[in-house]
Amino acid sequence: MSPSVGRHLLRLGTRSSQSTVLLRQHRPTSAQRLYASEAAQAVVDKPETLSSYASTREKTAKAESKSFAVGIFKGRLTTDQVFPYPSVLNQEQTQFLKELVGPVGRFFEEVNDPAKNDSLEQVEETTLQGLKELGAFGLQVPSELGGLGLCNTQYARLAEIVGMHDLGVSVILGAHQSIGFKGILLFGTKAQKEKYLPKVASGKTLGGLGPHHLLIASFFHSNGGIADVFTVFAKTPIKDAATGAVKEKITAFVVERSFGGVTHGLPEKKMGIKASNTAEVYFDGVKVPAENVLGEVGGGFKVAVNILNNGRFGMAATLAGTMKAIIAKAVDHATNRTQFGDKIHNYGMIQEKLARMAILQYVTESMAYMLSANMDQGFTDFQIEAAISKIFGSEAAWKVTDECIQIMGGMGFMKEPGVERVLRDIRIFRIFEGTNDILRLFVALQGCMDKGKELSGLGNALKNPLGNVGLLIGEAGKQLRRRTGIGSGLSLSGVVHPELSRSGELTVQALEEFATVVEAKLIKHKKAIVSELLTPTLIYLIDEQFLLHRLADGAIDLYAMVVVLSRASRSLSEGHPEAQHEKMLCDSWCIEAAARIRENMANLQSSPQQQLFRNFKSISKAMVESGGLVTSNPLRI
Amino acid sequence: MAELRALVAVKRVIDFAVKIRVKPDKSGVVTDGVKHSMNPFCEIAVEEAVRLKEKKLVKEVIAVSCGPAQCQETIRTALAMGADRGIHVEVPAAQAESLGPLQVARVLAKLAEKEKVDLLFLGKQAIDDDCNQTGQMTAGLLDWPQGTFASQVTLEGDKIKVEREIDGGLETIRLKLPSVVTADLRLNEPRYATLPNIMKAKKKKIEVMKPGDLGVDLTSKISVISVEEPPQRLAGVKVETTEDLVAKLKEVGRI
Repeated sequence: MSPSVGRHLLRLGTRSSQSTVLLRQHRPTSAQRLYASEAAQAVVDKPETLSSYASTREKTAKAESKSFAVGIFKGRLTTDQVFPYPSVLNQEQTQFLKELVGPVGRFFEEVNDPAKNDSLEQVEETTLQGLKELGAFGLQVPSELGGLGLCNTQYARLAEIVGMHDLGVSVILGAHQSIGFKGILLFGTKAQKEKYLPKVASGKTLGGLGPHHLLIASFFHSNGGIADVFTVFAKTPIKDAATGAVKEKITAFVVERSFGGVTHGLPEKKMGIKASNTAEVYFDGVKVPAENVLGEVGGGFKVAVNILNNGRFGMAATLAGTMKAIIAKAVDHATNRTQFGDKIHNYGMIQEKLARMAILQYVTESMAYMLSANMDQGFTDFQIEAAISKIFGSEAAWKVTDECIQIMGGMGFMKEPGVERVLRDIRIFRIFEGTNDILRLFVALQGCMDKGKELSGLGNALKNPLGNVGLLIGEAGKQLRRRTGIGSGLSLSGVVHPELSRSGELTVQALEEFATVVEAKLIKHKKAIVSELLTPTLIYLIDEQFLLHRLADGAIDLYAMVVVLSRASRSLSEGHPEAQHEKMLCDSWCIEAAARIRENMANLQSSPQQQLFRNFKSISKAMVESGGLVTSNPLRI
Repeated sequence: MAELRALVAVKRVIDFAVKIRVKPDKSGVVTDGVKHSMNPFCEIAVEEAVRLKEKKLVKEVIAVSCGPAQCQETIRTALAMGADRGIHVEVPAAQAESLGPLQVARVLAKLAEKEKVDLLFLGKQAIDDDCNQTGQMTAGLLDWPQGTFASQVTLEGDKIKVEREIDGGLETIRLKLPSVVTADLRLNEPRYATLPNIMKAKKKKIEVMKPGDLGVDLTSKISVISVEEPPQRLAGVKVETTEDLVAKLKEVGRI
């Protein structure tokens, strides 16, 4: 083994043990534990000016990011947040959580009636009351203020239970506490917390989240018709102290319905989550007292981003629970149903469906709990991973539920078994809290951000890009290899359980392929991509979205690989009875993900693919001009 | 102002919804990793005691359980339902397997005297062994009157009126305190432990003690020889006519 490779492996070994030490230091005792709220507070406390979003990002980027996702764009294997699979609950928290799981599960099994809630298009009154008494409305509010003071990991476990039973209720609870009053939890002053948190924790007052740039009305506002306390984002004129110029910046407010001027429209009729109230909310001449500003005046965008970021893990946890319940139904059907002379679970096509469903659930669950643990450990750079978990979870849940209906055949289509209701409920999860399309662009652009800056070192070459592209790509490849040692100096051995070493290798290879393409593309498009990131509302590149979409998919696949490697490694090391099964799930995922990444990245470099993008653009343009399809049927009649 | 104090005994059993599997060595059923909860009849007993406290007829409700460390989870559930404090009579896991009604009755009798309680509530039987003996044995050891299979309980000063469900119908008896009452299904519907109450229960005390501290000997004169699954139900046979049916029944010696 060449000395530089050895040195790199050693360095990786050191790094991973350092990160293990780091993680041990982070393992919370009740005194040291950093709640997500405090972690976010740490972000808020950093000295901030009212300058553009980009310079804010620059400052945080200067401290080396511990995010795995940020690392892969630079061809780095950043293991701090992902290996070993984090375990953050202390004895007391574990014990407490165990005590909570039973009663919550029982309530949803015996009291809540999801079918009824769906047909009534609201949660039954007695159930709602029961939920309030249960304490479900203030899970993360500190106990001194009337809540349960759960950390993110504990919250995730309970969110799983709600997701297993009723997504409508899940959205009501989530819109209330995961985003509705999260702002007060994260950014509220002591006075604001004491005023609002006890009320919202008991469910006496319901919370909702307003849009971030519509001043007068909010469309599709969850809990809009029933919430009494809103976190609202509105444009406010801010005077720049230095220049005296007046700019419009977003500020976050806590708005009470009782302030007057808050009205709402009729509840919207929806495809799913019918029990959840969705309504337009109008704010007309609402007088908001100065002490109701949340965070800094003009700092609303950061408040919004942090709230959404902070709440995303909840969705992955919820959907992991939904998938668990759906898979149980599918397995039950496959086990008992006889068709064509055999129980259908003996047929290969059914076996593939069930296996794929289990793998998707395993990945989502692993992401959810890794993310919640990272947040509990006090890590602050997890926004890309949070976005990835939302994209992955919502798409996985849709596929799993859809396949369950397929396995059940005609029965799946009927109302009675309840699976069609879940499919209807799930559809919105790919849309709200940031559409998966926008989030993909976010993942790609945010990931490229740091890398783009690094490449400014290649400034001279960029002055004559056309002449130097070949040189630059070669240069980039060389840089990559130099940084990582000869050949594949990056390695997960020593970090990943030996039984998973093949999957570990696949992951590292995939990472290299990914990073190489990122670098090449950034050199080609750098100016355009980076300049787009300077605008606070992240108006995305029109032409480059085909590329960004595929880069995001690569990042998602890579994070998924690493997450299951980490979890399966831990299970194998700890000798769990299901560890061998987890190994199969992990290996299967890695085989397909690696192949997908290879194909995606190869495509991005190929000419036929570029032609494809050009075709898409032209086809779409023609369709717009036509007002629909351009072609008529073959009969031309 | 009520001065009455109640002791409620609760048992940790395999959850009723779990599919029971017998261990391959036939020594018992599989308990490792299996979901456990409070015996449903014990829940009803706790609920009744807590309701009496809420009506201010009882001053203090103490929850007790005998067994290994995990019993504390069951005691915590009782605390979350409203009991004031708990007592865990710790028995190591290996010995706990041979804990039967007589041993538990001895423990409860000693505790009832030590704590000077006026009422001892239990569930009528546990859903794992279906013994239906512990309450009765404890009353015998204490020489206290007993009201078993209670479907309604009314405190009357220093007496307690118990309506019992028996085979012939309902029997109402009046007992002098102190007495033992075992709960039947229709006595009440237990409340759901709410999460805030579970949180408050964390602050309530559980006293841990050993059977030796109470001077109780736990040796059992009973040993389990084997535990087996019930025989598989055989498939039925279809016949065409009533004559065939009679012939078949004669064949198997049923008529």
